[in-house]
Amino acid sequence: MKKYWKIVWNGITPANPILILAIGLCSVVAVTNSVQNALLMTFVFSFVLIFSEIIISLLRKVIPGDIRVPIFVVVIATFTTIATLLSRAYFNSIYEAIKLYIFLVVVNCIIIGRAEAFSYQNSIVDSIFDGIGMSIGYGWVIIAVAAVREVFGNGTIAGFRVFPASYSPALVMILPPAGFLILGVLVGWLEFTLRKRKVKK
Amino acid sequence: MSYLANLGKIFVASAFINNIVLLQFLGLCSYIGLTDNMHASIGMGYAVTFVTVLAAAVTWIIDRWILIPFHLQPFLQIVSFILVIGSLVGLVEIYIRKMSPHLYKAMGIYLPLIATNCLILGVTFINSLQGFDFVESIVEAVGAAIGYFIAMLILAGIRERLRNSELPDFFKGKAIAYMVSGIVALAFMGFQGMIK
Repeated sequence: MKKYWKIVWNGITPANPILILAIGLCSVVAVTNSVQNALLMTFVFSFVLIFSEIIISLLRKVIPGDIRVPIFVVVIATFTTIATLLSRAYFNSIYEAIKLYIFLVVVNCIIIGRAEAFSYQNSIVDSIFDGIGMSIGYGWVIIAVAAVREVFGNGTIAGFRVFPASYSPALVMILPPAGFLILGVLVGWLEFTLRKRKVKK
Repeated sequence: MSYLANLGKIFVASAFINNIVLLQFLGLCSYIGLTDNMHASIGMGYAVTFVTVLAAAVTWIIDRWILIPFHLQPFLQIVSFILVIGSLVGLVEIYIRKMSPHLYKAMGIYLPLIATNCLILGVTFINSLQGFDFVESIVEAVGAAIGYFIAMLILAGIRERLRNSELPDFFKGKAIAYMVSGIVALAFMGFQGMIK
């Protein structure tokens, strides 16, 4: 059990795909202007990541090493298509707003990277836990960024009003540039706390 | 409006008003990863320009002549686009290595990197979603690639200067690059309203 917890924890902070490795950034900045978008994106991302890790680790003995990357891409693209059709059927209004970024999950470097680095070498159970950990690591970052942007830019969280109606929103927060600014502050803050911890030790 | 004016509008919109990197956030991995180095940024800029235009042409043909007539678009679009772009990049790499070693030296090492760049796939999806015709797709691709090139050059230049400036230690590297690109993106928002 401890081993699995370690795999999950690895995705949440020490190897957090966004903050530490800085890959798969396109969707992070683009969909974080409201919490609903971020939630749908997290759902699509976790769906694609976990299922393609399962399939790839099942097939890892069969896939020849030379052509593994195209095979990974086909598996990932299949699950992205499924996720696209699912979210179009059940969350149509959010889907219309961010559909370009849902399509682009297929070239998300995190998913290809995990397929190559983890599930191509590990068993199915390990891969499932790795997928869960990476999804949580991805999800908490984009939901946190989205919450900050939506609260200050619109006065709401996921559509519920938190600031009184008289609050005049800082419009720049839901415009594109603020995504970069907040991500920069978050990365700097994480670096700061990691260093502090290292000094203490 | 005449057809040519429409083309000009598409070009300006995709290069500046909706700058593909700063305001649509495609191709961020290479944007943050490679702008440490001015030479790498320029090489990557050339390679992306070349492949984006080629990919836009090929995927337009596939989309319009194969996927739409046979009603396959919702199911096979993602799979076919990514496979076509991947194999196209592979072919181009082989061709350039054989025909022009000089050109290969300049941009060849970046070609494998772009097979899975979000920018190239993103442009082809934008073309398909907007329903552009062939020439419009090419113009959109050229505009997007030039927008990418401009953004790369700006950030690489700024980061070269930042290396000599005094920053808090924990902001060095990626964190400050994000913040700078946020400010550059704010500046690019000033282009909005340039065309009606």
